[in-house]
Amino acid sequence: MAKVLMKGNEAIAEAAIRSGCRHYFGYPITPQTEIAAYMAKRMPKIGGTFLQAESEISAINMVYGVSSAGCRVMTSSSSPGVSLKQEGISYLAGCDLPALIVNVQRGGPGLGGIQPSQSDYFQATKGGGHGDYRLIVLAPASVQEMADLTAKAFDLADKYRMPAMLLADGTIGQMMEPVELPEDMRTTVYEKPWAVTGTENKREHNIVNSLYLVPEQLEKKNIERYEKYKTVEKNEVMYEEYMTDDADVCVVAFGIAARVSKNAITAARAKGIKAGLIRPITLWPFPKDVIARTAEHVKGFVSVELSMGQMIEDIRLAEGCKKPVTLCSRVGGMIPSPEEVLKAIEDMEGGAF
Amino acid sequence: MAVVFSKPKALTDAPLHYCPGCTHGIIHRLVAEAIDDLGILGRTVGVAPVGCAVMAYDYFSCDMVEAAHGRAPAVATGLKRAMPDRIIFTYQGDGDLASIGMAETVHAATRNENITVIFVNNAIYGMTGGQMAPTSLPGQVTQTSPYGRDVKTVGYPIKVCELLSALDAPYYIERVAVNNVKHVMAAKKAIKRAFENQVEGRGFSLIEVVSSCPTNWGMTPQKALDWVESDMIPYYPLGVYRDKSKEAE
Ligand SMILES: Cc1ncc(C[n+]2csc(CCOP(=O)(O)OP(=O)(O)O)c2C)c(N)n1
Ligand code: SF4
Repeated sequence: MAKVLMKGNEAIAEAAIRSGCRHYFGYPITPQTEIAAYMAKRMPKIGGTFLQAESEISAINMVYGVSSAGCRVMTSSSSPGVSLKQEGISYLAGCDLPALIVNVQRGGPGLGGIQPSQSDYFQATKGGGHGDYRLIVLAPASVQEMADLTAKAFDLADKYRMPAMLLADGTIGQMMEPVELPEDMRTTVYEKPWAVTGTENKREHNIVNSLYLVPEQLEKKNIERYEKYKTVEKNEVMYEEYMTDDADVCVVAFGIAARVSKNAITAARAKGIKAGLIRPITLWPFPKDVIARTAEHVKGFVSVELSMGQMIEDIRLAEGCKKPVTLCSRVGGMIPSPEEVLKAIEDMEGGAF
Repeated sequence: MAVVFSKPKALTDAPLHYCPGCTHGIIHRLVAEAIDDLGILGRTVGVAPVGCAVMAYDYFSCDMVEAAHGRAPAVATGLKRAMPDRIIFTYQGDGDLASIGMAETVHAATRNENITVIFVNNAIYGMTGGQMAPTSLPGQVTQTSPYGRDVKTVGYPIKVCELLSALDAPYYIERVAVNNVKHVMAAKKAIKRAFENQVEGRGFSLIEVVSSCPTNWGMTPQKALDWVESDMIPYYPLGVYRDKSKEAE
C-alpha cells in the first residue's frame, strides 16, 4: 500500500471516513480546523453529512442524535470547544451511546492560546462532564497514529457502547508525515438493536435516555456501567515501551511529549545513562501495570507533559509511591526541548531532584 | 358496536403523570392523533425535552430519545440527517425552547431542518416548581418574580412565532391554544399539518401551543383555562405566522 503525505488533522478525517463514519458536526476552532474543512469537501461526495453547527453544544447534541440512530458519528474541536461539549458527552455516557470526540488541544485555561498543549488530560480522563462515567481516551503520537487510533476509537466505542476521545495536540494536528491508509478501516460491524430507527410497528419502542428517577435503578445502572469499564481496563490498555528493560530512569510521556522524550533518551544513552520510555497510548484505561512493574527496577520516573502536571498523578498512583516521580513540563503552548528532558533524566539519575 | 372513543396507537398505556387539569395531556393526544392519522407511527422518532414533558418517552409509542435541556432541535437534526426517511419531532416547553435552547431553536429553523417542533408555552417553568419563563407575562407573579415580572429589569416575554417568522427559511409556523373545544380542533389541524409538511419534505414546522399550568399558576384548572383566554392569548395572538405554501402561490 502506498504511503501518502498528510497533515495529522486530515489523517483523522480520512480515517474516520474509512472507518464508516458518514456524519460530522463541528464548530470552527484553531488548531483543528482542517478536520472540518476536509469533511466539508468529502462528505457531500460520499452521501454523508457535514454540518457546521451553531456551537459546540449543538454539534455534540447532533452527534447524540446520529448515535441514537445507530450510525457512526464524530465531532472535533479544541480545548475551549471541548469544554462546551462536556454536557453532551455526559449524556452520551449516560445513554451508553458510542461516538468519537476529537480534541486537538491548545493552551488554557480560558481562551488560552492556539499553540499545542496537553492540559486537558484531567478533563479527558477524569470525567469532564457531570456524573460517574469514563471515556476511552487515545493519545496519538504520529500522523499514522492519528489515523490508526481514529479507527480504533470507533471500534472500541461501538464494542463497549461508550464515547471515545482522541486526545491529540496542535503539533501532531498540524504536522505532515507519510501515512498508510487501508481502503476499509472497519474491523467489526456491530449490531445496534437499541437504536431508535423507528419501530416499523414490529417491536416495542426503543428509548434512548439517561433519566432514572428511582435511585435504586440509577445506582444499578451506574454499577453495571462500571462493570463494563472494568472489562475495558482489563482488555484494552495500549502503550509503547522503549528501552525500558534495563532502564534506571523511566520517562512517561504521550503524544508530542513522547517524541521529544525519545530524542532525550537517545542523548542520555549516548552519555551512558540507562533511560527508557513508557508511552501510554490509552490514557484511559491508563497503563498502570507496566508502570508498577517498571517501578520494581528503576530509580524513578520523569513525567514529561505539556501541562502543569496532570498525568503525573496517575503515574504516582500506578507505581504506588514507591519511587520518586518528577515533572518536566512546559505549558501555554511551549514544548519541552530534548535538552530540558535530558536534564530531568540526568537529575533523576543523579538523585538531584 | 361502534367505537366512538379510543386511545391513539401512538400513545402507550402508561398513565400520564401530569397534574389534574394540565393541558400537556391534550397536546400529547393531538400529537398522537396526527401520527395515527398519517400512518407514520412505525417510522416516527420523538425527542423529549427536559421539563414537565421529560417522560414523554414513556407516553409515545414510537421510538424516543430524551434530550438534554434545550438541545432537542440539535438532537432532532442529528436524527434527521442520519435517517432522512424517518419522521422526527420534538416536544418542548418554553424554558427548554426559548431560554436555554434558543440557539438550537433558531438555527434549526434557519436551516429549515425538516423536522416538526411542538412548542408548549405555559408561561412558566413547570417542572422546577414555577419560576419565571422567557414567556412569562409582564407583571406575572412566579417564584423568581415574586413581585411580578418587571420588564424594566428582566425584559419582555419572547414571542417565539413572531421571532422565528423574521427568518427567511422556516416553512410553517402557527400559534394555537387548547383552552376550549374550538381551539383544540384548530390545534389538531395545525399539528397534523406540521407533520404532513415533514412527510412531504417541506422543512421546518413549529406549532406553538398556548398551554396552562394550573399548579404553578396557583389556579383551578377552569380558572387557568380562563386566564389563557383573558391574558395569554391577547399577548400571544393565535394564527398562522408563516406558511410557505401560500407564498409559493
Ligand atoms: C442544564 C439544565 N439546567 C437546568 C435544569 C433544571 N430544569 C429542569 S426542567 C426546567 C424548566 C422547564 O421548563 P419548561 O421548559 O418551560 O417546561 P415545563 O416544565 O413548564 O413544561 C429546568 C430549568 C436542567 N435539568 N438542566
Ligand atoms: S407543573 Fe404545570 S405544566 Fe407541569 S404537569 Fe403540573 S400543571 Fe402541567
